[in-house]
Amino acid sequence: MRDPASAMSPKPTTEVQPHARIRGVTRVYPAGPGSQPVHAVGPLDLDLHRGEFFSVVGPSGCGKSTLLDVLSGLALPTEGTVEFEGQPVVGKVPDGVGIVFQEDASFPWLSVYDNAAFGLRRGGMAEAEVDERVEHALSFMGLGAFTNAYPAQLSGGMRQRLCIARTLVTRPRLLLLDEPFGALDQQTRLLMGDELLKLWRETGATVLLITHALDEAAMLSDRVGVMSARPGVFLDLVSTGWPRERDSNIVSNEAFGRITARLWHTLRTESLKSMASGQGVARR
Amino acid sequence: MSGMSRAGWIRLFVVSLLVLMLEVACRAGWIDPVAVIAPTKMAAGAWNLLASGSYTKPILLTLSNVAMAAALSVVVGFAAGWVLYRLPRFRRAADPLLASYYAVPTFIFYPLFIVLFGLNRWPLVAIGFIFAVVAMALNTLQGFERVPQVLRRTAQAMRLSPQQTLIRLVLPSCAPHLFTGLKLSIVYAFIGVIAGEFVLSGAGLGFEIAFAYNSFDNATMYGLMILLLGFVGGLNMLLYSWERRLYLRRGGR
Repeated sequence: MRDPASAMSPKPTTEVQPHARIRGVTRVYPAGPGSQPVHAVGPLDLDLHRGEFFSVVGPSGCGKSTLLDVLSGLALPTEGTVEFEGQPVVGKVPDGVGIVFQEDASFPWLSVYDNAAFGLRRGGMAEAEVDERVEHALSFMGLGAFTNAYPAQLSGGMRQRLCIARTLVTRPRLLLLDEPFGALDQQTRLLMGDELLKLWRETGATVLLITHALDEAAMLSDRVGVMSARPGVFLDLVSTGWPRERDSNIVSNEAFGRITARLWHTLRTESLKSMASGQGVARR
Repeated sequence: MSGMSRAGWIRLFVVSLLVLMLEVACRAGWIDPVAVIAPTKMAAGAWNLLASGSYTKPILLTLSNVAMAAALSVVVGFAAGWVLYRLPRFRRAADPLLASYYAVPTFIFYPLFIVLFGLNRWPLVAIGFIFAVVAMALNTLQGFERVPQVLRRTAQAMRLSPQQTLIRLVLPSCAPHLFTGLKLSIVYAFIGVIAGEFVLSGAGLGFEIAFAYNSFDNATMYGLMILLLGFVGGLNMLLYSWERRLYLRRGGR
């Protein structure tokens, strides 16, 4: 393992062809009835390298989810450009991008199997291929014994795993995760983190994780971007230096504490600013 | 063991006990037979009416009126609910009217419907329709409004077209509300049509009950009432069991 102390400086982001690229992106929510326009994020620059695990942390309301929306094509930037695999992302989620949301997005009227197969069947894939992918994804996410169950019969963590499986079957090259474990308890989150690392290693996908949890970001990521209070910009990019083969046992590593401390050091002032301005309850 | 639940058995027991008490009270002469006859006589009257075939025509007339009123209210109510959902300004304007809709005694429009449609079945269908349509519209609106935002975002993430989003995600998601609207529409159509026949019409099951009442023909009156309760109760139980299955699968979500 590299000495994480030497990995504290931001990793250069000048590789020839980043997997995804954000340049000068801002997002301003227009004024509503009786409210002012909200400058949510930006200007932001970010290069995501192919196959890296990148996490974004920041105070509540700093625009983390807005960043994900813009990067994925769910929302248009007010200014700036977004590219995925060299192609511009313009208000539509590109093929090869998978998204998992914080909220339970399972379809309660479909069985676990049909939930996972939903995206593949929509694309007209042959049933044998659907079967193979779904069974693999469900067993990978530990849901192999629940194929005939309905989401209502699963725990919150299992439903979130189902949503990940549903995204996984489409074999995304860029996986965007918006606080997927936010509603889970600490132990389950650590274990889900292990599952996520396994998934990342197996698929080779580029992962961008939005999270509130500094320990989660420090444990899972190759790099962590620390965002400021709104309008969110990157204050710090922290390279963790972890080896690719890692799991939640890394929390006992001395460097883990130092990385988490550095993240908190940057974030503390921003969180105080965010609390003082009431952004934690404002629209992200 | 599958079958009836404990609550179901308790319900059956309570109803059976009440029927038995009424039977005993009637047979013992504690209740004047001019007012109420024994439940067994009611049941026998209902069977005789069915077996004789003399009431088949009014029964079919009423059921077909109810079916038309319910079908129209479901189709129009769904469309109206969708329009209200898509046009929030229109919805805000319509809100006070919708909120006070069931305070209006819709039967007062019967003369107007006769002028519009003539002296035939359609005024009664119209009464059933206007009684039922708003229940379907409001439930449709509520269903569309309660589709979780994350499902719409998931549809975008899966690159579904607007039509695919509607058919594959939005409609299944609001199915429980749509089903409640369907159930209420059928029940309200029944109430509207039967009450209209009872008070305003010269044909149908409601009219025959009123005619038997005015003729002191208790066997026919109670027989028809039992038949009507059987239709409505049976239909309602069927709809209830479908609704329950729908909700159970979703764990009450």
